Amino acid sequence: MSIQETLQDSKLQLAIYTATGRLMDHRANAISPELLPRYQEMRQHAHDLKKHTIENLDHYMEEFEKNVIAHGGKVVFCKDATEVSDFILRLAKERGAHLFVKSKSMTSEEIDLNERMEHHGLEPVETDLGEYIIQLAHQKPYHIVAPALHMTRFQVADLFTEKLGVPREEVIEEQTMIARRVLREKFLAADIGITGANFLVADSGAVVVVENEGNARLTSSAPKIHIAVAGMEKLIPRAQDLAVMLGLLGRSATGQALTSYTSILSGPKRPGEVDGPEEFYVVLLDAGRTKLLEDPEKRESLYCIRCGACLNHCPVYRKIGGHNYPWVYSGPIGKILAPQFKGLMADPWLPFASSLCGVCAEVCPVKIDIPRVLLQLRSEITEEKQRTNQGGLERLAFKAFAWAMRRPWIYEWGGMMGAGLLGNGGRWISELPIAPGPVKAWLSQRHLPAPAVRSFREQWRARRTK
Amino acid sequence: MAKSVSLFVTCLVDQLFPPVGLAMAEVLERIGYSIDFRQAQTCCGQPAFNSGHREPARDVARYFLDTFEDAEFVVVASGSCCSMISHHYADLFGSDSKMMDRVHAMEAKTYEFSRFLLDVAQVDDVGARLNRVATYHDSCHALRELGIKKGPRQLLSKVEGLELREMPVAEECCGFGGTFSVKFAELSGAMANTKIESIKQTGADLVVSIDSSCLMQLEGTMRKQGLPISTMHLAEVLASR
Ligand code: SF4
Repeated sequence: MSIQETLQDSKLQLAIYTATGRLMDHRANAISPELLPRYQEMRQHAHDLKKHTIENLDHYMEEFEKNVIAHGGKVVFCKDATEVSDFILRLAKERGAHLFVKSKSMTSEEIDLNERMEHHGLEPVETDLGEYIIQLAHQKPYHIVAPALHMTRFQVADLFTEKLGVPREEVIEEQTMIARRVLREKFLAADIGITGANFLVADSGAVVVVENEGNARLTSSAPKIHIAVAGMEKLIPRAQDLAVMLGLLGRSATGQALTSYTSILSGPKRPGEVDGPEEFYVVLLDAGRTKLLEDPEKRESLYCIRCGACLNHCPVYRKIGGHNYPWVYSGPIGKILAPQFKGLMADPWLPFASSLCGVCAEVCPVKIDIPRVLLQLRSEITEEKQRTNQGGLERLAFKAFAWAMRRPWIYEWGGMMGAGLLGNGGRWISELPIAPGPVKAWLSQRHLPAPAVRSFREQWRARRTK
Repeated sequence: MAKSVSLFVTCLVDQLFPPVGLAMAEVLERIGYSIDFRQAQTCCGQPAFNSGHREPARDVARYFLDTFEDAEFVVVASGSCCSMISHHYADLFGSDSKMMDRVHAMEAKTYEFSRFLLDVAQVDDVGARLNRVATYHDSCHALRELGIKKGPRQLLSKVEGLELREMPVAEECCGFGGTFSVKFAELSGAMANTKIESIKQTGADLVVSIDSSCLMQLEGTMRKQGLPISTMHLAEVLASR
């Protein structure tokens, strides 16, 4: 569905607007000065913490690995998606594993892990309700926190009937029960559980997973083997740092002071313990992250804790929804991550699809200055176009603009010409058969201002000589 | 001798909304300032900067600094252009320490209109009178880059006869965004519609802001829809009597 189609689908517009609006309200409530007077301090603290960690990532990765090993687990460094799937395939082969349960992980979405596993005959099953729904529908997440945000319960009813052969059920609680029945069987039979990680704690070698459905806890403890797949930017130095990070994540995402379940997982089950996996692996994914580390201007993009607040508040995301962004990361954060991970020129329009209103930076719990990164990317794209001889007309226009703006008489003369052309509210332009496309589109939404007969400077001169 | 302020009316006001500039001058004169209008002034360079063309933006910025170098105060008719000067010129000249000295000197004396009234002139009642029901639109750069939120409301609250009603999402973007509104015209229009829905909920017949670009977007859309709601720059409201 294109941007235009999304804008015109009033049901979808309402669904997006309502769902994001609810999350906005919950957040606003949770961070209100009465409930959380230290909110701004916490944000600064979290920002500084992430900055410090990212700038010393090699040190914290080493410390993390040492502590995971000490607890009997293993860290697997993977430079790209292929290395992750190779590792998982090898392990599956060695252990005779076929069925995988998975809890929600944007990192695994980022590397198309499910598709890769299915391609090799393995069966990954998503166990987060939203993820399960979009897996059944063969879609990508619509939102980094609420993957099925765009689907109504009626669409889910159709989907369940079609894919699971169950009688049609429109009540959300009942739909949840249907999913739960199917998924229970999978949990009991699964060979391996794959989770993501919200944080990796260096000083304790722990993987921290937050969730509200309990499925991640089951995923990490029911099967004999647990693999956590995480981007290496998820590291934080100390367990005590969780206090501020967890408090910000839950509140920014869903308005919860703490999510319903917070699992702090360190290593496989020890002798004498009843619960937990027998093997514990942490896959640390690079896939472009070290390259980003080298860029002091934009590496703050790696501070993101995937809370989704910037999506919920973004007036562009709220109109175009999640699937019009070129990658699994959508919204403002997707707009700065995609060009840096998928290549600057893969979708050169993306960083320009913003009014630069700045609400993303205002709500970001780790204070990523997304508009500043967008502006930086815009400039890099423009330079790249110049290098490859594209966009010559626009470049020329801005050169001419700068030239005229340094010559007030030219500027004034240009303004007078413009005023003449804009007589009649510019309507005649849109009626021209050869009206340029963008001008037509602009005028289809709004009228031009009635032109000033005389510019300010002319009127000012007249006033002075009076 | 009256204290002097230099007006930067912005290219948009100069060419399309001259009454805003005149109103600004009138209010400042009314409270005892003499007005210096430099005919050499043009634009702050933001259109080029926001489109990723930093070299032309730098050229225009340098020209702006030349033009206003010896001004005592520069009062700007737009939050967005003011923020370009006081926040983003530094991004343009980051590695050039000589230019950065000039930029910082300019930052210190550049004020958005409402902020100048409240912080420098320390006046919140300029003796304005206007019998309308108005709602105030927070323009994004004024709100989030300059931190202007209460000031314009305080000034409006002193206008005799004016009733001010808050809209539900005063802080949401109007969808203009400069070239964004050309490159993504329909999306920008959809954003304006959302904003207009909340304006309508207030029952106000007037939208006030400190940025003419937002007002152009809103007024153009409302006019296209045939709504009986008009727009005024804060300076025009304060000049009314
Ligand atoms: S960029 Fe900030 S607001 Fe957006 S998802 Fe990441 S942490 Fe949350």
